[in-house]
Amino acid sequence: MAAFILSRILQAIPVMLVVAFISFAMFTYVGDPVAIMLGQDFTEAQRAALVSSLGLDQPFFVQFARFIGQAVQGEFGLSYRLSRPVAELIAERAPATLELAFCAAGIALVVGVAMGVYTGLYRNSWLSRALLTFSLVGVSLPPFLIGILLILIFSVWLGWLPSFGRGEVVQLGWWSTGFLTWSGLKALVLPSITLGLFQLTLIMRLVRAEMLEVLRTDYIKFARARGLSNRAVHFGHALKNTLVPVITIAGLQLGGIIAFAIVTETVFQWPGMGLLFIQSVSVADIPVMAAYLLLIALVFVSINLAVDLLYYAVDPRLRVGRGRGH
Amino acid sequence: MAAILAPLGRLLDSDLFYSFRRSPVTVVSALVALVCLVGAGLAPWLAPHDPFDLASLNLIDAFKPPAWMAEGDATYPLGTDDQGRDLLSAIMYGARISLLVGICAVLFSTLLGVGIGLAAGYLGGTVDGLLMRIADIQLTFPSILIALLVDGVVRAALPQEVHEHIALFVVIFAIGISAWPQFARTVRSSTLVERNKEYVLAARVIGLSRPHIMLTHVLPNVLGPVLVIATLNLGNAIISEATLSFLGVGVPPTQPSLGTLIRIGNDFLGSGEWWITIFPGAALVAMVLSVNLLGDWLRDALNPKLR
Repeated sequence: MAAFILSRILQAIPVMLVVAFISFAMFTYVGDPVAIMLGQDFTEAQRAALVSSLGLDQPFFVQFARFIGQAVQGEFGLSYRLSRPVAELIAERAPATLELAFCAAGIALVVGVAMGVYTGLYRNSWLSRALLTFSLVGVSLPPFLIGILLILIFSVWLGWLPSFGRGEVVQLGWWSTGFLTWSGLKALVLPSITLGLFQLTLIMRLVRAEMLEVLRTDYIKFARARGLSNRAVHFGHALKNTLVPVITIAGLQLGGIIAFAIVTETVFQWPGMGLLFIQSVSVADIPVMAAYLLLIALVFVSINLAVDLLYYAVDPRLRVGRGRGH
Repeated sequence: MAAILAPLGRLLDSDLFYSFRRSPVTVVSALVALVCLVGAGLAPWLAPHDPFDLASLNLIDAFKPPAWMAEGDATYPLGTDDQGRDLLSAIMYGARISLLVGICAVLFSTLLGVGIGLAAGYLGGTVDGLLMRIADIQLTFPSILIALLVDGVVRAALPQEVHEHIALFVVIFAIGISAWPQFARTVRSSTLVERNKEYVLAARVIGLSRPHIMLTHVLPNVLGPVLVIATLNLGNAIISEATLSFLGVGVPPTQPSLGTLIRIGNDFLGSGEWWITIFPGAALVAMVLSVNLLGDWLRDALNPKLR
């Protein structure tokens, strides 16, 4: 177990280093921070002093090492656009994105598994067919169009739900939450459906396919022969054995949710990290872009690591196989 | 005449055409794709108005609803946008940009992916390990994120004036580079199979150089699946471009694609002018869906196991 975890972590390190290198290269070679900080009037001595105080006269690797050291402490300097510390900006925006991603993932997982089990058990009912057709729509529409359609129907035509923003938020320390107010909850509905729909259909199709597969196996027949109730067979035996691939895919899709939050946040003007990133890209705000890039990479690497470990915990066959192998 | 008809007859007789005719969904999506292709490709000649001709624009005509609605105007079948541009023409011109970017991006990632896959598979060893490791890393991130980052970095690296001139190429590059690992993986695995076959051994025995063997002997034999991946990727590339343009970091506003039109229309959604965003959206979906369905059909039709 320890060796397995260690090897996974060792694999994650080069990925982070590569991403850190890209961020660093952006800082170093894109734009000229010295020119930006000096402004119009300066003497050569002032310039030299600034260059050496920023450490820009140091060798390349020293600079890179310093960059990593600062990045680990969350130090990315000031945003060019907003002239505020990047770490502060991201910390301010993070709760919005995380709450949105959490809701989207929750909807995708709960509704996706439920719909998958239903369509797997009653494969020929009209509802199953309807759900499958609907899932095709979910896969083929680009996420931003789904958001626009939802806004058109539920905000513009029906006027039930807000079309932008987070509604009222409550501050809990540094964390701002929309869970505690009615308008905050209402504001969450459309964006989380938009963000989660693709994952929902994916999980539903996956659970359905796995259920169909598992229901055909001998141990299900045996469980039925033992006279177990339908519920015990369906959930205790069948669903449980479909969960390994579902966990893998769902876990990996969590990263996709964070990435696609950029699109959803733009559609709904959701004040999260994705919107911050898009605003930074269009004006080439390097510090924010670099910090976001590293953060996203960290999220992805951690998710992959967690999925691997979970896989290991859920599937006992992996453990036995490895035990014999070594 | 017979020289032209003979290959056509062969095509109509082929298994491929048979499986095409047998599936109504495929025929319909082929027709839709054809309409999109012709409408987009011949936009300057077919479009009822020229949306880029500022002289013909009239602000009085702005926000006209589609022709079948009460305040509609027959000269503007799908209505007009905020500047009084005919929406149908804008969509045709926009689809042209979307298709152009999509096709070029797919060509670029095909070239890159096939080249890398071939090199990795044929040369093996360290080259293989390194290239496939890079592909693995890239595949852990969604391609739209890669495209966004590449686009963002290039945008930051170039001065504004330069970027405006080559924005189209930047988008093509960004989307193209986000999709190559899929091609590379497929080509690599078929190259691994091909390289141990006798014809490759024979080519090596007669002393042909490695690049020569790779390009003229191995390459033609690994291209089969590439066509299918390319078709399926075209839909994705079009969506990626639309997403980038919707986010405001894609093609320049002077050359609006479908994504740009949707973004513009999105601003007027709240005030009830739904057609400005819904029609370009519908055009996008029709285009992508028909391309994807054709890709699915091609994959099944070319797969001998499913016959």
